[in-house]
Amino acid sequence: MPPPPEEVAVRLSPRPALIAALAAALLALASCGSDTPEGEGSVTLTITANAIPGGKNSASADWIRQWVIPRFEAAQKAAGRDVRVLFQPNGVDDEQYKTKIALDLKSRTGADVIDLDGIWVGEFAQAGYVKPLSEVGGPQVDAWEGWAQIPQAVQGLGIFDGKKYGLPQGTDGRVLFYNKELFARAGLPDPWQPTSWQEIIDAGTALRKLPGVTPIQINAGTAMGEATTMQGALPLLAGTGTEIYADGKWTGASQGIKDVLGFYRQIYGGGLGDPRLQQEAKGRDKSFAEFADGKIGILAEGDYFWRSVVEPQAGVAPMADRDEVVGYAKIPAREPGAGVRGQDFVSMSGGAVRVLNPFSQNPRQAWELMAFMHSAEAIKAELAGAARVTSRTDVNDEVLAGDPMLTFIAKEILPITSYRPGLAVYPQVSAALQEATAAVVSGTPPEEAANAYRAKVEGIVGGPGNVSN
Amino acid sequence: MSAVRHVLGRIASAAFLAVVGAFFALPMLWLASAPFDAAPSITVSVPEFTLANFRAILDNPYALGSIGNSVIQAGGAAAIVVVLAALAAYALSRVRVPGRDALLYVLLLLSSVVTGTAAMVPIFELATRLDLIDTHLGVILVVSGGLLPAAIFILKDFMDATPTSYEESARVFGASPLQILWHIVVPVVRPGLATIAVWAVASVWGGFLMQYILLRDPAKAPSAVILYTLYTEGGQPNLDLISTFSLLYSLPVVLMYLFVSGRYGFRFHGGIKQ
Amino acid sequence: MNTDAAGLGRRRAVGFVLPALVLIGVFLVFPALWTIYLGLTDYRLTGLAAADPQVVGADNYTAAIGDDRFRTSLWLSVQYVLGSAVIGQAVLGFALAWTLRDRRGPVRRIIEGLVLLSWILPSSVVAFLWIALLDRDGGTLNALLGTPGAAWLLDHPMLSIIVFNTWRGTAFSMMLYAAALETVPPSHLETARLAGASALQQLRDVVLPRIKGHVLTNMLLISLWTFNDFTPFLITAGGPEGRSEILPFYVYTTALRGGQLGFGAAVSFLILLINLVFALAYLRLLRTRDRTRDRDRGRDHGDGGGAVSGAGPAIRGTAG
Repeated sequence: MPPPPEEVAVRLSPRPALIAALAAALLALASCGSDTPEGEGSVTLTITANAIPGGKNSASADWIRQWVIPRFEAAQKAAGRDVRVLFQPNGVDDEQYKTKIALDLKSRTGADVIDLDGIWVGEFAQAGYVKPLSEVGGPQVDAWEGWAQIPQAVQGLGIFDGKKYGLPQGTDGRVLFYNKELFARAGLPDPWQPTSWQEIIDAGTALRKLPGVTPIQINAGTAMGEATTMQGALPLLAGTGTEIYADGKWTGASQGIKDVLGFYRQIYGGGLGDPRLQQEAKGRDKSFAEFADGKIGILAEGDYFWRSVVEPQAGVAPMADRDEVVGYAKIPAREPGAGVRGQDFVSMSGGAVRVLNPFSQNPRQAWELMAFMHSAEAIKAELAGAARVTSRTDVNDEVLAGDPMLTFIAKEILPITSYRPGLAVYPQVSAALQEATAAVVSGTPPEEAANAYRAKVEGIVGGPGNVSN
Repeated sequence: MSAVRHVLGRIASAAFLAVVGAFFALPMLWLASAPFDAAPSITVSVPEFTLANFRAILDNPYALGSIGNSVIQAGGAAAIVVVLAALAAYALSRVRVPGRDALLYVLLLLSSVVTGTAAMVPIFELATRLDLIDTHLGVILVVSGGLLPAAIFILKDFMDATPTSYEESARVFGASPLQILWHIVVPVVRPGLATIAVWAVASVWGGFLMQYILLRDPAKAPSAVILYTLYTEGGQPNLDLISTFSLLYSLPVVLMYLFVSGRYGFRFHGGIKQ
Repeated sequence: MNTDAAGLGRRRAVGFVLPALVLIGVFLVFPALWTIYLGLTDYRLTGLAAADPQVVGADNYTAAIGDDRFRTSLWLSVQYVLGSAVIGQAVLGFALAWTLRDRRGPVRRIIEGLVLLSWILPSSVVAFLWIALLDRDGGTLNALLGTPGAAWLLDHPMLSIIVFNTWRGTAFSMMLYAAALETVPPSHLETARLAGASALQQLRDVVLPRIKGHVLTNMLLISLWTFNDFTPFLITAGGPEGRSEILPFYVYTTALRGGQLGFGAAVSFLILLINLVFALAYLRLLRTRDRTRDRDRGRDHGDGGGAVSGAGPAIRGTAG
């Protein structure tokens, strides 16, 4: 296919035109790059969070943009300071967000005020990515009025090695939700409060008689990820009096682990749970839908389930009659008194914190901004009428009054709850625990799964010396 | 006998094409129905027709702009990849460089390391030091680096397969090498170049992790990143928005393919018969 | 083909290659070598090892090879490449190219259009499409087959993602083979047919020798791409219980979820080595057949495929 003669006849070499076009394109692209507005004398602060307007956690993103930023800027202006605040939204999977934040901090850049999951504080501190708040923000940190409002246990979310690295935003708790209609049909009592694992099994056995109903859903397997650990394995483990990490050692094939795996075996091997649901990539979402449809009797979940899943208006799987149909009970220890600290009932909690970027150009102002975001007024504005367990007692007293479930969390669950160890290897240990539950659900004897778990943990945490039995 | 065989052959080939066509069309049904459904689920159904989902996606502050960002990033990468790969492939095809094929294959292998998750830190640090964080250019250069070896590899194959006689005659008439490349070689391999361009665009279009790590301002984020943010307040994927945005986000690549295949042809090689 | 027809000369040739090489050098070779170096350390994203990574030599490699999960993953990856690339994409792509070669008009355009569409749609979108197709409760496939509740993704996770990737990637093979088939003169096929050769014999004796270079190019590229394919993660997430955890997922879970960047980098390098083994196997296979044929038939065959057939000795040379 010879080119048409007139094309060959063109004498102009294409080189200058081509190179010029490419260069122009590259310049244009480079110039629309990092254009941080840097006015003389003014201070620019940046907030980042795993939230984005119009997407994930949009309410929180809107609060930062429409409430925090204008008000903080105005307050600073009134004090004679020219401060500009920018918000850097994200809104992706937590692991990806964590990676980006870690990379930023590693290269000593990033936003001044950063949202983190409380569980990441320890590993970020060990890596030198975050520093204690008072080291970064100065003496005004310890003088802050808000500390008095945050219960010691909740402050623990931001504490590592005895030092405060983060300011907790709020917390949550895990309970057993149950469907009162199904309970009535199975002849079970309401209110229901099991006092041992056996009573959960007994209720499940009664529920099994109802056609089309899965009696118990306690998250298991690897597909549910951390939801398996937080909603299933760890509360159960706490119910055996065992902590996953205590006195510098990780628990191995301990009696507690074997009991937990044995309990899973009882549920999923005994027809009380749906093993397939634990394997599906979207199994947790399905468990929500099934509970809302009246197809699950008992479900172990956090209060997130109450406020965002079955919530009648904006829930993921809304239940118009939530307040009448959904009951909740404390998670019992294996038997009364067998739980951690000799407790009869147990729970697990987590929550997000905000940290200061130790490489911030304006750490004092960054702290002021963060303290402003944690004022009672700001937190109430963020809730915008919704109820959630915040870190501040004064706010909780006000906003939780209208919601019996969240009051229950604040009054009954938080005093008995436990927290996860915030160490870098925790995600891997958690994954190993998920694998152990997966193995048991698909038929491996608990003893064998426990031993495999111990072998894996030994590999993760650097040998048998760091594992207790 | 032969006529029967011929007819049977035609029937078999028609049946084969029908099955293959159904196989390729079937998964796409969801994309045709869910965006128009008032309550889309994972099930394909005749929709309860509505355009409300499209209105909702227009309300998202980043959705439409992100398609523009994808065009800039994918288009920029495709331009760099096609131009640089064509120049390199031509030279490698026409001039003997010892070990060139081995070198190309080693680069191809290394590109598999760089496009994986593990190279995240080196790439991020590199981009930080070159001041490319939060720029379109940074994304373009990083993804182009990953695509170039395969593009050169494929294009060199095309160039090898084009006969050199025209080039020799053009040279006799005093044309410079760049003129020969531009006026003689490029027209012949143009469908191949178009294919590489579409391939580059499609590869960049779906990319998420590297783009997310390299960019800061969501107003610069490509559609693949924004698609991941479309969750409900409760943290569940928002199928109304995801299905609708999927459709909008797929349209530019589809239109580009239709345009390119109509204009330049969409095949490998230039239809040269040896 | 090395006649330098355009009179490029070495200096200009270098000028042509240089821009690409510079970009590749900075944005590919440099980070790739850095990644390979990280593979020798205990570097992590966070924690103590992030602050002060130590060189641990081959520890990551021995740990990976000793890890059951890695070995399972490797085996699943091999299945995935053989099933979806070598058998699925290459065979279906060739069959399509062969069936469509003398067709014109709407049928060809529609089929090609559908195949190409599945190739260019963004990965996150196709993942949703396939979840909608294969879902256990509301999936289209169960509705069509009348098998409600059949859990394809749980009971046949590997088969599901192999079929998925065949769907996803056949376009490339189809296009490459369509181009390749154009190099086969129709008169040769006609002669073979008149001589009574069956379709299979025609393929083996007339077509294959001419397109061998294309087959090699195709195999090298689609195997490499399939080995590194992350898209099905969005469909099965490697589950259930790791039964579809191919190597790129394994790297993602260890490097990103577990934060073990050093270990993940080491596994990435192992993936590179496995790719190299595949490439050498293809070269050997296609070249051995070459020689046998030459000896048996004592005749020269066309240079069907361009440079890649010439790539053999060079690649072998570097690999030892």
